[in-house]
Amino acid sequence: MRNAVGRDIPEALLVNGKEVYQGKNYMDGKYIQKASPRTRRYEKPQESKIVESLVEALKQCGARDGMTFSFHHHLRDGDYVVNMVMKAAIEELGLEDLTIAATSLGSAHDPIADYIEEGKVIGIQTSGIRGRMGEVVSAGKLKTPAIIRSHGGRPRAIEAGEVHIDIAFVAAPTSDCVGNCRGIGGKSNCGSMGYAMTDARYADHVVVVTDCLVDFPNMPASVEAIDVDAVVVVDSIGNPKKIASAAARISQNPRDLMMAENVAKVIASTPYFKDGFSFQTGVGGPSLAANLFLEKYMDERNIKMGWAIGGICGPMVELLKKGKVSKVIDVQDFDLDGVNSINQTPGHFEMSASQYANPANKGAFVNKLDFVVLAALEIDTGFNVNVLTGSDGVLRGAPGGHPDTAAGSKVCIIVTPLTRGRMATVCEKVVTVTTPGDCVDVLVTDYGIAVNPLRPDLIECLDKAGIPHVSIESLKDKAYSLVGTPDDLEWEDKVVAVLEARDGTILDVVRKIKPLTL
Amino acid sequence: MEILKSAAAGTLESSDAMVTVEPGDGGIELELSSSVMNQYGRQIKATVLETLDRLQVSNVRITVVDKGALDCTIKARVECAVYRSCDASSANIPWGGAVR
Repeated sequence: MRNAVGRDIPEALLVNGKEVYQGKNYMDGKYIQKASPRTRRYEKPQESKIVESLVEALKQCGARDGMTFSFHHHLRDGDYVVNMVMKAAIEELGLEDLTIAATSLGSAHDPIADYIEEGKVIGIQTSGIRGRMGEVVSAGKLKTPAIIRSHGGRPRAIEAGEVHIDIAFVAAPTSDCVGNCRGIGGKSNCGSMGYAMTDARYADHVVVVTDCLVDFPNMPASVEAIDVDAVVVVDSIGNPKKIASAAARISQNPRDLMMAENVAKVIASTPYFKDGFSFQTGVGGPSLAANLFLEKYMDERNIKMGWAIGGICGPMVELLKKGKVSKVIDVQDFDLDGVNSINQTPGHFEMSASQYANPANKGAFVNKLDFVVLAALEIDTGFNVNVLTGSDGVLRGAPGGHPDTAAGSKVCIIVTPLTRGRMATVCEKVVTVTTPGDCVDVLVTDYGIAVNPLRPDLIECLDKAGIPHVSIESLKDKAYSLVGTPDDLEWEDKVVAVLEARDGTILDVVRKIKPLTL
Repeated sequence: MEILKSAAAGTLESSDAMVTVEPGDGGIELELSSSVMNQYGRQIKATVLETLDRLQVSNVRITVVDKGALDCTIKARVECAVYRSCDASSANIPWGGAVR
């Protein structure tokens, strides 16, 4: 069945009430019955929940074949916990048919590819999928199609009972002996633990894995002892160098800076750019640099930012310290400046993934967002964005908060160079739709700006401010004139991944790629 | 032109291609790998064969390792590898044309 972004979704997937994507806000006003976990009572006072090993913790939680384990990705490419837990479960306990439900997965998790190939891991639910895991899933080696969700779609799915977590594993930079966890104060700090929060509340069992045990009570706790079954102390939960970079640097690349300046110009031309406005930006080159130019316009007009959300890094903390933004609400930290500031700098708060972006709750932050600046691997002439699959059709990205912030914000700006190497970023048809075009408003490239025709109000703003813009078709033509018109990818029938829209409908599928033979 | 010895041109940097030519076994034998194979493989093959044809090379084993090079780069790398293989690359290089 064809969905609202023109993608053909196999009927076989449309079971148990699953629908195809119908457009933005389709689920608005509908009711959901929230799922509830089956949890164990710990009525008798316990001195400590510390157990000797992961194997002991798994046994205590009744780990068995066919279970779903959840993980969160704040330790990013430095994470040791996913591999450590899966090794204990599969190699020491001999478990099979496991599903990994992670907030995201990266190249740190290459070893999991082996368990997929051996058929021990049969399901993957995640936002990001990269490296070897992306390759083996793309090659059709995972028994069931991977399910890809946005950061807001995941807590929605958990709350709706579409994902039932048997055991949630919390990678905790610090924990006390009963499982109050924080992302700071240890040796592998990650700052915010926002993505772990929903998991811990909705999982049947919760195991905290830490490398820094601190005195009780570890407050204020991101994940609380009331949800925790066991605490395991290990030598190291991750490589601090890969968890948070020293500092996210603002690009010096003149092309990035030119695009960033144009992003700021577009923002400043809209009526939403007024005292107290709200903002989210990515940490990619031109998106992060937009901060710099935006500050100039804020100074000029003597206005301040009300609040900023998202993955947080140094430049945003800097604005907070200078008093140019009143509050920063943080679901994840990208550099040490962010890590060291959360709950320390006044006005820098932590939030859960649900509070950040869940479309099914009653007040996610993204819904109050004025501006978001995002990157893209590809964007097509329908303004649909792909941030998941490479030009070769292989899984190597993550929707992350992209679809959530795009849908919630008043102005969603995509900033990307027109071409990358031989790849046309602006194209006829993206490989995979991860953010639907009805949520994307403005495209800024190094060859020009295009505004979505769905937003005549913004077209008027740009015209009034004298900002030149062109049609997205003309940008695509320019790109193809530089790199040549690409051939369409050829696919087999087998679906290797299902891409859920944030509301739970099916936005697109990724099929197994047919290799080109000349 | 006749390929007299093996020669190479280009690099493995992003947006470049490494082209190696060797004397052939009586025809054109092309081995192509590319980081953009699925979308541009056919076009790269056509560009390589056209360039060889323009240089009147009909007996060659040619290996192209493409890292997302544009057509103009691929043409230049193929020409250069061919010129080097027949010692025509030191002076008066007829870029864009064939050496007769």
